[in-house]
Amino acid sequence: MTVDLNKVDEILSKKDLRHESLIHTLLDVQDELFYLPREALERVSERMKIPLVQVVQVASFYKAFSLEPRGKHLVRVCLGTACHVRGGERILDQLKRILEVESGGTTRDNLFSLEAVNCLGCCASGPVMVIDGKYYGMMAANKVERVLKKFKGNGKESIDDKS
Amino acid sequence: MIKVKTVAELEEWREKILAEHRFTEPSVMVCGGTGCVAVASDEVADAFSKALQEHNLQAKVELRVTGCHGFCEQGPVVVIHPERFFYVRVKPKDVKEIVEKTIMNGEIVERLLYKDPTTGEKIKFETDVPFYKKQKRILLRDSGVIAPTNIEDYIARGGYAALPKALFDMESEEVIEEVKKSGLRGRGGAGFPTGFKWELCRKNIGDIHYIVCNADEGDPGAYQDRGLIEGNPHCLLEGMIIGAYAIGAQKGYIYIRHEYSLAVKLIKQAIADAKEKGLLGINILGSGFSFEIEVQLGAGAFVCGEETALMASIEGRIGEPRPRPPFPAQKGLWGKPTIINNVKTWACIPQIINHGADWFSEMGTEKSKGTTIFSMVGQVKNTGLVEVPMGITLDELINGIGGGGTNGSKLKAVQTGGPSGGCIPENLWHLPVDYDSLIEAGSMMGSGGMIVMGQGTCMVDIARYFLSFTKFESCGRCSACREGTKQMYMILDYITQGLGREGDIELLEELGQAIKAGSLCGLGQTVPNPVLSTIRYFRDEYEAHIKEKRCPAGVCKDLIIFSIIDEKCTGCGVCLRACPEMAISGEKLQPHLIDEKKCVHCGICREVCKFDAINVI
Repeated sequence: MTVDLNKVDEILSKKDLRHESLIHTLLDVQDELFYLPREALERVSERMKIPLVQVVQVASFYKAFSLEPRGKHLVRVCLGTACHVRGGERILDQLKRILEVESGGTTRDNLFSLEAVNCLGCCASGPVMVIDGKYYGMMAANKVERVLKKFKGNGKESIDDKS
Repeated sequence: MIKVKTVAELEEWREKILAEHRFTEPSVMVCGGTGCVAVASDEVADAFSKALQEHNLQAKVELRVTGCHGFCEQGPVVVIHPERFFYVRVKPKDVKEIVEKTIMNGEIVERLLYKDPTTGEKIKFETDVPFYKKQKRILLRDSGVIAPTNIEDYIARGGYAALPKALFDMESEEVIEEVKKSGLRGRGGAGFPTGFKWELCRKNIGDIHYIVCNADEGDPGAYQDRGLIEGNPHCLLEGMIIGAYAIGAQKGYIYIRHEYSLAVKLIKQAIADAKEKGLLGINILGSGFSFEIEVQLGAGAFVCGEETALMASIEGRIGEPRPRPPFPAQKGLWGKPTIINNVKTWACIPQIINHGADWFSEMGTEKSKGTTIFSMVGQVKNTGLVEVPMGITLDELINGIGGGGTNGSKLKAVQTGGPSGGCIPENLWHLPVDYDSLIEAGSMMGSGGMIVMGQGTCMVDIARYFLSFTKFESCGRCSACREGTKQMYMILDYITQGLGREGDIELLEELGQAIKAGSLCGLGQTVPNPVLSTIRYFRDEYEAHIKEKRCPAGVCKDLIIFSIIDEKCTGCGVCLRACPEMAISGEKLQPHLIDEKKCVHCGICREVCKFDAINVI
């Protein structure tokens, strides 16, 4: 897969290149490319004059960053304490079963990536599952399949509902 | 509106805004906090916009998308002003009726009112809802009333009045003195007296001083800081500007989790607006004092809530803590004196300056002053954000404001302080909520997360849950924390699988002490708390797992068996269809049966059964 470095250059051109902007820059790059490919990290390192090893260190330390390509739809399941006591684990188990991936993995058809996260901060509507930024509150394991179905077609739902 | 250059111009502007009577005219407040957006409050707001236009009311009735109302359980929340009719769980299809009945004719839509679960009474007004009635909302007073995107709303409610008072009527030292006198302690959890910290920083002569707002709210189950920013971002800014003046800082940072996209957007807008109006930036209100604020995003590392790790992250490095001393107040960001305070701490400052230290210190207990905000979640009836004076008992909070367990169920414990805190059993709920009592009980205040647990929560599983969290979040610098959390997790995991051995409890206790002693930062030093506190209060549950291979709460998958109670099963077939392993069989209208060989103990059948016919032992 070729990486569109023009997008990286565009982001870098809008940023000041101080060391303290590194995390922000990487977040923006990832927003564009959905993950952080090596080529992008090299370009960031070069332009910001930060040794590549430090850029990679930051990119691998923070959980928000992914060094692997992700699926078309990102499914996040909250396992914060409030969701945990309300059965968040069951939602995750059901997703693993349906998608046939472990948490952190991507389905073979590259349609879904599954991630367990610690708290999305809407504990009152727990258990919560988020697909491409859209929240599904008060989830139950037997509702999971129905929600996923919406994303299996042409993927239009995710684009329309992205918030 | 042009820049405000003097205090007189600010007051003139305020007069002008007040003359518009924006809070006494008819208006619709739709909650736009993340909790309500998760249940589609944005669609409700759109529906209002359309309906008001259809009736040609858009000029007469203002539609205001506010921040969090706090009562997230009942979202989307809509309040109709000036009467303050309170509608809950509003759907887009209800909007037409609200506009036609309530707004045009002053009639109430009965079915959308909140029903008090205890008395069954329908409540008309926001102020009469028991959830709000028993609170003391000072920091949250304007959340849910003002539009967080509109600086004029904040000004109309008396905002940016403390700022000129501090800048022109008080010396920096007097501001610090006032904060010291108020008895305010850091709301991030540790409870260090704020005024003393500021004084320490001010005394450190350096060419530049920094201040930081810690909004890296990583505790699972806590979202009060996010709620406050989404509800009233300017109160945080005003607090920071006053603090910067007191300390002598020129630059401030707000460090906020990138996951909080709405809060990030709102705080950035608030900064831009305050700057445009001259309340932030160069020569604020003509005082000669200049101050800038920048937003830095966290990228998902729990340890960055620890102040030295947070500073490393702001500098663009990995979030690894360093030893203290030197404290950040002496050597912080880029080696310069730095003050780091939590969102709620900063938000208290304008209140203290406006009303005085005595007013503030009248609330609370002898050593813990003022109010604080909790996010009360879990198996409690009324979940949401609550603001209460320090010193309120856990019972008043959970059974009073929270309304007790969901569906009237009996409660077991409350977890405070996130992964650094502990579980406090129900028989200790007479304890007051303040820094010192909670530490004595083996937990801590923490940043304000409060997770209520019912009888269906296994305490060993909860301890395991927190260790799985901290094992993953440990930055890896100190071996006691890095390796110790792994070992504790493994032991707990074995116990929940029925592989626990005699002596495991003692081993956990010993490990816990070793991790506390051998870790550099607050994360490692408090990591064992969830385990130690559950052992302290629920030792019998641990013993049941280890000795009898039994999970009394029916949670640990390897120790439970699912079966169907014949007398209760109606043979409706719901569980049969829901079972992912097709382990349930049975004829229609006949009691069903679970095949133990196929059952994976996922619990879905119990979740879907309407007749309580699934037995777990």
